[in-house]
Amino acid sequence: MTDTIQYAKRRFEAVKRSIVGDRDEESTLLAGREGNAGVHLQLWFLVTLVVFPIFIAVVVSTKQQGIVTSLPDLIPGTYAVENYREAIVDYGFGRFMWNSLLMSVVVVVGKLVISVLAAVAIVYYRVPYKDLVFLFVLFTLLLPVPIRFVPLFQLINDLGWGNSLLAITVPYLASATTVFILRQHFLSIPTSIVETAKLDGVGPVAFTLRVLIPMSRGVLVGVSIIMFVYAWNQYLWPLVIIDSEANQVAQVGLQLLQGDVQGGQLSWSLVMAGSVLTLLPPLALMILFRKPLLETFAIQQK
Amino acid sequence: MTTITLRNLRKEFDDVVAVNGLDLTVRDGEFLVVVGPSGCGKSTTLRLLAGLETATDGEIRMDDRDVTHTEPKDRNVAMVFQNYALYPHMTGRRNITFGMNATDSFADEEIDRRVAEAAETLDITDLLDRKPQAMSGGERQRVALGRAIVRDPDAFLMDEPLSNLDAKLRIQMRAELTRLHAELGTTTVYVTHDQTEAMTLGERVVVMDDGRIQQVDPPQALYDFPTNRFVAEFIGDPAMNMIDVAVEDGVAVHDGFRIPLPSGKTVDGTDGEWLDGTEAEALADPDAGDRPTAVLGIRPEDLYPARDRPDLGETTFDATVEVTEPLGDSLLVHCSVGDATFKMGAEPRSSLEPGGTVSVTYDPARLHLFAPETGEAFYHSATAPAPAGRIDATTND
Repeated sequence: MTDTIQYAKRRFEAVKRSIVGDRDEESTLLAGREGNAGVHLQLWFLVTLVVFPIFIAVVVSTKQQGIVTSLPDLIPGTYAVENYREAIVDYGFGRFMWNSLLMSVVVVVGKLVISVLAAVAIVYYRVPYKDLVFLFVLFTLLLPVPIRFVPLFQLINDLGWGNSLLAITVPYLASATTVFILRQHFLSIPTSIVETAKLDGVGPVAFTLRVLIPMSRGVLVGVSIIMFVYAWNQYLWPLVIIDSEANQVAQVGLQLLQGDVQGGQLSWSLVMAGSVLTLLPPLALMILFRKPLLETFAIQQK
Repeated sequence: MTTITLRNLRKEFDDVVAVNGLDLTVRDGEFLVVVGPSGCGKSTTLRLLAGLETATDGEIRMDDRDVTHTEPKDRNVAMVFQNYALYPHMTGRRNITFGMNATDSFADEEIDRRVAEAAETLDITDLLDRKPQAMSGGERQRVALGRAIVRDPDAFLMDEPLSNLDAKLRIQMRAELTRLHAELGTTTVYVTHDQTEAMTLGERVVVMDDGRIQQVDPPQALYDFPTNRFVAEFIGDPAMNMIDVAVEDGVAVHDGFRIPLPSGKTVDGTDGEWLDGTEAEALADPDAGDRPTAVLGIRPEDLYPARDRPDLGETTFDATVEVTEPLGDSLLVHCSVGDATFKMGAEPRSSLEPGGTVSVTYDPARLHLFAPETGEAFYHSATAPAPAGRIDATTND
């Protein structure tokens, strides 16, 4: 008899708890929604701020003259096909884009290979003074390519690489940033995984290819995209070292587009068409690989 | 099947001595548990066995092979880690076979057969095509065990494999490990900080502290005959009470009580001679002056309110109840007598109120005396002779 009474009482308590609990949950949910609205408003504002210049560029690239001075000028024109055709075909922008793509891919692949090897050596091998070596690698950040232009120019010409793909890729193959990011990532992989492989007799090459790289896929993709955009945006060095039009890259090609100024009449619509074109490959990559990119650079909650 | 022998094994990290002169024999097919507080060197010892650390000094032998400087992969040992160490991008099957594929020493059909066999043993057949992410902690640990057993290693090395599991699962896996060991009979060294795990799993238990072995014994012997204060206080929960006493005429004397010491066994007498209380007195420090001449150790579960156990004899003393902690199956009573405090196990529904007085009695067969300076045990009142395994253990083969 007492058992039954206690059961009823306990059940009542449980029901009461669940009802009260539910109501609490609902109210926090509502508060969350209100908070979200504010956040969304801010996000919209910021996104608009960032996107607006690009929007103008797209609009201008569809016009004949492309001068925007008032709001009605923001209505797209009808010269889109004409402008893009002229940039790609007449000004050889397609060729520049292809060169840029080649350069960027070579730089990214080369950087990844060298950086993975360097990071593996730094993290997993007993190298004497390896912290010092790593520090030295980081020191190269203080000496970016632009500072080395003059001797580098001399060196490339002495090697007879002038005007070639080698000239615009090799100087960028080593990357302290990538080594650093990969090192941090490798350090975050539990040592027990490395030790299991060691006990299983998995060799260093098999370990790197079959364990380390698959486990670092996200970071590698993220780093690749950043490096691709960086390589894609190279301007000064290709301008200096490449002098044949056939080997030139897109960013320099943009400059060439506005070279045709006649009587102070700069064809902004052409320049903007070129700009929009150069924007597309990095944008496509960002959209395609946004997930690994966010995973790599988001602050991880642990 | 392998016997592992450690001789004077030593490991230093910079200026820290992690393992300080270990001598130990792990018998063929034995389940040996190494237990100790964190930083006692137990994990380092295991890593030395695996070859993941290099010994500073000393020797490791597996059967007749000196493996002290052998590469991990050539030792033919399998290790199970606390965090399972599964490759997150591989399925259960791939995780198990990856190491076997790497060495080229197994044919494909052989691998398939062994995986099927191990999966059967561990009941993980349906986990083989899942990635670790889609497994629970217990399932992951099973797959990790599977990876260890398919290679049919000479020894299993387990580094706190159950610590990441919840309490219920841990107890279940504990039973499973025991069953697995009975089935495979592979020499196993198991490291844990959890004394319950050590007691339940180990055929013999090594208690380590400060880089040294404190005692090697079967679980019950460890509990009944601790060689020093550290082992006495580490094994058993709640910990053994330690009270400073003077030993006079075969009686442990304290302000609040006088406990006669029955004939017992000395740890010190290498020929296993029996010792009575008077002799214990001789071993206690006679020049102590005002200092205690011995430390009396009694486990809380060997102390009783006198009215609960009238059978235990006439020696009782009065103590003040300070705090009571109901544990469900018993009531833990914190008491004080004179300047000493101790804990006592009482019947779960005893009506003992803080501030009240309780008459305390004890099991006279469960008294221990320790030297105050060194902490070494020099007297146990237990009259039962030590089991054969224990004699064996002290000489350590």
